[in-house]
Amino acid sequence: MKTDPAGVLTGAHYLDGDFAAGEGAMAAGCRFVAGYPITPSTEVVERIARRFPMMGGTFIQMEDELASMAAVVGASWTGTKSMTVTSGPGFSLMMENIGLAAMMETPCVVVNVQRGGPSTGLPTMTGQADMMQARWGSHGDYELIAMSPKSPQETFDLMIDAFNISEIYRVPVLFMMDECVGHMTEKVIIPPAEEIEIVARKLTDKKPGEYWPYELNGGDIPEFARAGDGYHFHSTGLTHDYRGYPEMSAECQWDCVGHLVNKIHNNVDDIVRFEEEEIEGADVVVLTYGITSRVARLGIEMARDKGIKVGSIRLIVVWPFPEKRIRELAGKIKGFVVPEINLGQMVLEVERCAAGQAPAIGVPHPGGGVHDPNAIVEAIVGAAK
Amino acid sequence: MSAEAETQSAEAETQVEKREVQAEEHPVAPFIRMDRMPHIWCPTCGIGTVVKCYASALENLKLDLDKVAIVSGIGCTGRVAGYMNMDAFHTTHGRAVPFATGLKLGRPELNVTVFSGDGDLSGIGGNHFIHSARRHMDILVILVNNFIYAMTGGQNAPTTPLGANSSTMPFGNFEPPFNLPHLAASCGASYVARWTCLHIRRMTKAFEEGLERKGFRFIEIIAPCSTLYARRNRLGTGLNLLLFFVVFVEIQHGVDTREVGIAFQEKIICGKFVDDEEQTTFLENMNAHYERVLGDKYVSMPPEGGWIHE
Repeated sequence: MKTDPAGVLTGAHYLDGDFAAGEGAMAAGCRFVAGYPITPSTEVVERIARRFPMMGGTFIQMEDELASMAAVVGASWTGTKSMTVTSGPGFSLMMENIGLAAMMETPCVVVNVQRGGPSTGLPTMTGQADMMQARWGSHGDYELIAMSPKSPQETFDLMIDAFNISEIYRVPVLFMMDECVGHMTEKVIIPPAEEIEIVARKLTDKKPGEYWPYELNGGDIPEFARAGDGYHFHSTGLTHDYRGYPEMSAECQWDCVGHLVNKIHNNVDDIVRFEEEEIEGADVVVLTYGITSRVARLGIEMARDKGIKVGSIRLIVVWPFPEKRIRELAGKIKGFVVPEINLGQMVLEVERCAAGQAPAIGVPHPGGGVHDPNAIVEAIVGAAK
Repeated sequence: MSAEAETQSAEAETQVEKREVQAEEHPVAPFIRMDRMPHIWCPTCGIGTVVKCYASALENLKLDLDKVAIVSGIGCTGRVAGYMNMDAFHTTHGRAVPFATGLKLGRPELNVTVFSGDGDLSGIGGNHFIHSARRHMDILVILVNNFIYAMTGGQNAPTTPLGANSSTMPFGNFEPPFNLPHLAASCGASYVARWTCLHIRRMTKAFEEGLERKGFRFIEIIAPCSTLYARRNRLGTGLNLLLFFVVFVEIQHGVDTREVGIAFQEKIICGKFVDDEEQTTFLENMNAHYERVLGDKYVSMPPEGGWIHE
């Protein structure tokens, strides 16, 4: 369906990535946001706090990030699209209820404008070191979806996809920005509402009494009911059966948790998203995401000037990882180069997927700045040997 | 026994077997997920009584159950949501209050009850509890206080009376406990009451009032835990604890909540301590404020929530 025009600020704007994230959420139909202030993400909720009262949205500043995430899960069960926004330290606190959202199969979006860590780290400076935390930061087995935009425009566009995909698969979508993208101001074109396609929550057709909240009916995703529609359903963070009733057994654990993982695994090809450039005939492939994709461009050009055939892959959806494509490329190239603003996270995944067919060379950076392109060139030259 | 007598006796037995006993439904069965019975609570635990009183309150008020939602955290009382036949959420430890906050704000027409224990709401969830009271969030919080972390085996709670024994204070508790009605009242609760599992009628009445009032409403129920609290402290059985309530409870409506702290095996002051029907709620305050400062530009979330659909 087309989105609610009330949330769409159609036009050409100069926005920073944080504001673009807020606009994207409102355009996507988000009408509940709970958050706690944290640099460098706060501008997202500041934007929303100013605009929500004019479109029937409710923003609440909670007492902490534990509460923010819990409130988002609660609100989502009313059918109201819900989001929270944070950075590293808050992301750690949210892990508890991100796990609850995964277990209860609750659509929601969590924005993490990454800064340098660990702990308080570099509050005002960039980082990309929460990528592995985004995968399995909460305890137990589950799969979810994470995305990483490279610009304010893409932040806006991708935010709409983030809400849509969280509705389709009933998972939290982690929106992994970084301080650079969050604080860079660029032109953002917001289309008219009638050009913005959103996924409305599909509610069950069943009547109360016939409905069970986690019944699969042959599909991958259970049907939804809203709290307050008369279904009298039960949902729990405990291992549960199709009725949403707790059941403590290894068999039920297989069904319940196996389902959480399989609903993503079975649809990986539809979920993964990446952008390739000059891959054909490349000897070296540079894999990037977020701000690093832009920094790497110069390094890639410099390496090409040296006569090296360099291609690139930019991850847009980071989790699930495009395992199949990396394995395929690994057999054809001399090596991968993975610059990222951490001391080696996604490079491990590239290495795993390449499975020994090609080396994965990391270009680490601890955060607080972006890469020197020369470091990327050096890694490309090394990989091309 | 003669052969005749034996035959008669056998016939009588057959008759007894054949007689169909009409299964009588428990009066609160419509409010309970009977397919989940029996529940997990121990014999003589007080929580079942509290659930019965809550169901009675719902019945007496004839509330539309489609619009009542219940949220629990973790622990013995945390299991209540799982047994109630309404939209029910069994959430993470301590987070029932913020989860309920989202539920209420996401669909303002819902009447939301948080049902959880002392450890869940005042220990790990204590920060949410005080802030929710401060902002006059429109939820009813029923806290069942058994003075101990029972689900995990009897560890010390923020409510364990001074001197009482727990598995993590094996030589007796030396930390002063919370006075929960005072905590709630001082943070801004619009309704504050305390009863014990002995006070079936008064507890039910309090739940009725709690469900009908607005703002942050807090009801503490003192419940016996014979398996852990009574056993560790050599206080007898659940029945002995109830007998203790008979003797040691004093009802003092409207008393200054500073006076209602609980000491080990001393008097327990019960009653309705706060009932401020004039107090405005978070949603009322937000709507009134935005209407005042933004005028016609303000669009409040509809009562049925912010669900955008065809």
